[in-house]
Amino acid sequence: MRGFVTFLAAFAVVALGYWAYHQNILTQQSLREVDRLQREIGLERENLGVLRAEWAYLNRPDRLRELVDLNFDRLGLLPMSPSQFAVMDEVVWRPESLPEAAAPSEPENILFSASETEEPL
Amino acid sequence: MTRRIALRPLARILEARAIGENPDRIERENVALRHEQARDKMRQRAESRLLMVAMAFFAAFLTVGVKMTALAGSEPEEPHIASTAAAALGTRADIVDRRGRVLATNLITNSLYVQPNDLIDPATAAAGLAEIFPDLELDWLMRRFTSGSSFAWLRGSISPEQQQRVHDLGEPGLLFGPRDMRLYPNGAVAAHILGGARFGEQAVNSAEILGVAGIEAQFDAELRDPARNGEPLQLSLDLTVQAAVEEVLEGGMTLMNAIGAAAVLMDVNTGEVISLASLPDFDPNARPRPLLVGDQAESPLFNRALQGVYELGSVFKIFTAAQALELELVEPDTMIDTTGPLRMAGFEIEDFSNYGPENSVTDVIVRSSNIGTVRLAEMIGTERQQEFLDSLGLFDPTGIEVVEQRAARPLYPSRWTNLSTATISYGHGISVSPLHLAAAYASLLNGGTRVQPTILRRDTPQEGARVVSEEVSAIAASMLRQVVTDGTASLGEVEGYEVGGKTGSADKPDPEGGYYEGRLLSTFASVFPANDPQYVLVVTLDEPNIVMLGEERRTAGWTAVPVAAEIIRRAAPLLGLRPESVDPELAYQLSSASE
Repeated sequence: MRGFVTFLAAFAVVALGYWAYHQNILTQQSLREVDRLQREIGLERENLGVLRAEWAYLNRPDRLRELVDLNFDRLGLLPMSPSQFAVMDEVVWRPESLPEAAAPSEPENILFSASETEEPL
Repeated sequence: MTRRIALRPLARILEARAIGENPDRIERENVALRHEQARDKMRQRAESRLLMVAMAFFAAFLTVGVKMTALAGSEPEEPHIASTAAAALGTRADIVDRRGRVLATNLITNSLYVQPNDLIDPATAAAGLAEIFPDLELDWLMRRFTSGSSFAWLRGSISPEQQQRVHDLGEPGLLFGPRDMRLYPNGAVAAHILGGARFGEQAVNSAEILGVAGIEAQFDAELRDPARNGEPLQLSLDLTVQAAVEEVLEGGMTLMNAIGAAAVLMDVNTGEVISLASLPDFDPNARPRPLLVGDQAESPLFNRALQGVYELGSVFKIFTAAQALELELVEPDTMIDTTGPLRMAGFEIEDFSNYGPENSVTDVIVRSSNIGTVRLAEMIGTERQQEFLDSLGLFDPTGIEVVEQRAARPLYPSRWTNLSTATISYGHGISVSPLHLAAAYASLLNGGTRVQPTILRRDTPQEGARVVSEEVSAIAASMLRQVVTDGTASLGEVEGYEVGGKTGSADKPDPEGGYYEGRLLSTFASVFPANDPQYVLVVTLDEPNIVMLGEERRTAGWTAVPVAAEIIRRAAPLLGLRPESVDPELAYQLSSASE
């Protein structure tokens, strides 16, 4: 009996030692992983900064204005004007129940008829 | 284990009895032996216990000793804890507009430096560099390379293409160092507000970026603070509106043949400057050098809206009228004597044309009568006039968070005579910046509380000191509205946005004394919508001159007003301001006609 207890205790010590050592190694690995990720985050942050700067540069008002002028034939974009504000009453809502013989293209017309006031572009 | 000793072993006792000895002796002898044996055993046990204790102590002291040796022999080091927070950023913070769009950011580029001792063929290297960088001169490069120094900077930041070309020269003496470069992606848009930056202290691996003007200089320390952790600085500017204002202003300046122009668009309640433009402008990415000779006010670096103080003329009349109303000296329909000319201290005050013997206070403003305004100022008196103008902030720098404002101190007479009171009532003899004027209009029209212009984003209205009562504020707005509907600013009408405003055309002062003939500064200070003021817009054109309807026109009504109207037409929808009862067809025709 006594010998068995001693054996159990010894086994427990070895097992706990192994566990503690294992945890230690896992922690060290995690720390290395965190370091690596943080370096990566730093690099990504740098890249993000460059992309953000590029995005801002590509979206600079002067360039957009030039593009609008160049593509006027296709896009017909004009500066926003007060007439583009509409009153809710001017919006044509989709009827509660669709007419029975509604052709597939018809709902589209209903949806977009509100924009007709801006059509002269 | 030793055998237990018997006390009276039978054999020995019988033997002793046989020879006549006392057997008790044997017993005593054995008792003594037993004692001895027990003692030995106990000593042994005590000794082994002592040894155990000694070993335990030894182990404990050994552990402590080993740890102490380890501590003494190792470098001090912070405990390594995995941190989730991002490491502090060493870069300068971005500047963004009110909707988070980037106005200034950093870009990683490279700097170029030379270690002449490592150059293999200085002549070829110099020739190659002169070809890549046209502004580097061959002679200058050769002098650098052969001067015997071991290090020299060549360029602060170069593009990746240039870097590749330098790399292709194959010179081991030409080296690159990483550089954070300040980039203003929108070019000249909002250039005067942003200012610019330059490199400060340089080392091979990094360089300081220092703000030299505008916001960059004002918030230099905050932007560089690593504890900011990259949090961008948010301005009150709206990039889209700013770009639209600059575009319209530039078109207007060209059309009106003006030499300069400025515009300030401000929220009347929060004091936020939504747009502030000054022309001519510059590209902050390549900030021009300050002028070494001549008037700094002619440099593109000069911010006319914020640094320039000018006599702005009749736009001041509304202050006089509002004060007279506030002091209950007059009602809007009180008749004022406007017979001219008015002689005062050897000076003659006239109106643009004769407006008849009498006009109501409203008509004095609508028709812009100098004489009528002087009569109102006479009722108010010098002291109260000064107090009122001071309460509108027209005697001090504006306090906006742009470094140049500190020098923009309004000019007013140190000896304030009755004549000063008279001329200042209609905006002559006092010089303020267009931003001062915008802030004063905002204070007057937002319900009558003082606002301080700010360039930083804020959400809540400023609860400033009361300047005029709410009624007077509303009356002032309706008077300004009538200037547009019936008065000097009829070209300022924008369908849907009840524009109100006051024109001002002032002769430019000659630095050698007196005023220039025919060189005007035309200003239109406007508010929209007049029935519920939200924004104040001040447009100033320097020396405009246009032939319209067969006549040469310089006054604000023909120059600054149409430009301001176009700015409102473009900016108001961008600000999300809903027009009131617009006839879509008509509004469309107006806006497309103005393209």
